[in-house]
Amino acid sequence: MEMLAKTEGNIRIISVLDKRIDAPAAVLFKETMRNLTQNAPREVVLDLSEVVFIDSSGLGAIVAIMKTLSPDHRLTLAGLTPAVEKVFRLTRMDTVFRIFMTIEEALDAEWS
Amino acid sequence: MLNGHEPGAGMFSKSASQQGRLPKFELTIQSGAMGVRQALEAFMSELSPLELEIEESSTVQLVLAEVINNIMEHAYPEGGAAGPIVIKCTGRDDGLHLHIQDEGSPMPGGQLPLGMSQSLNVGLCDLPEGGFGWFLIKDLAKDLKYRRIGQENHLHLRIAITAP
Repeated sequence: MEMLAKTEGNIRIISVLDKRIDAPAAVLFKETMRNLTQNAPREVVLDLSEVVFIDSSGLGAIVAIMKTLSPDHRLTLAGLTPAVEKVFRLTRMDTVFRIFMTIEEALDAEWS
Repeated sequence: MLNGHEPGAGMFSKSASQQGRLPKFELTIQSGAMGVRQALEAFMSELSPLELEIEESSTVQLVLAEVINNIMEHAYPEGGAAGPIVIKCTGRDDGLHLHIQDEGSPMPGGQLPLGMSQSLNVGLCDLPEGGFGWFLIKDLAKDLKYRRIGQENHLHLRIAITAP
């Protein structure tokens, strides 16, 4: 699973470079997320702007990661494309996560 | 029903359209994790003449992905013999009619799961990590019908799209 992590100030930004977080990818996504969040600061932003498809397994994986990171870290989502946003909206998971339209907005919110 | 396999096409067999703008088509996949992606890609490329908006194409892809994932996870036991999944699609005025059949275990109780929406009004550590699949299918698809015929599962559903 191709993912990229960088740290800006006190924020770890993790960008998913693959196009899909689906059933075949879910386990590897969780593993990679765990690796990339080790020794991370409190704020973790997951950049989903390259992801064009997510299914219920991918959604479950993101929920699992949020639970794993808690309470030492806070997971924020950014850059949801229309198909991804739709899955969060239909399952009402958009009410559970902090979600920002763009990575810039998420960073602004963290810094302010 | 089918007019034979196209040479080289492998997973496809097509038949002429009786009605609707989309040629009726059928594809078969052998269950296997990466098979889902290839099947969805092939399926969506068959729909390309419809020029679906992202809203509609994502609905179609999501419903089909959830159905196939469920078959692979539950109907065909892990580590057991993989079996075929046959997907037939017919375009009609009221949307896409999908018929999906497999040779795996029957649905528990011989009927479709309820697919209830889950309570999110819980503490973080109690948030559900699964069970969204059937909820999404029931939310997005219409006219769901399940039948066990002999050793086969047959699922019919309709996805309402406004074909151009």
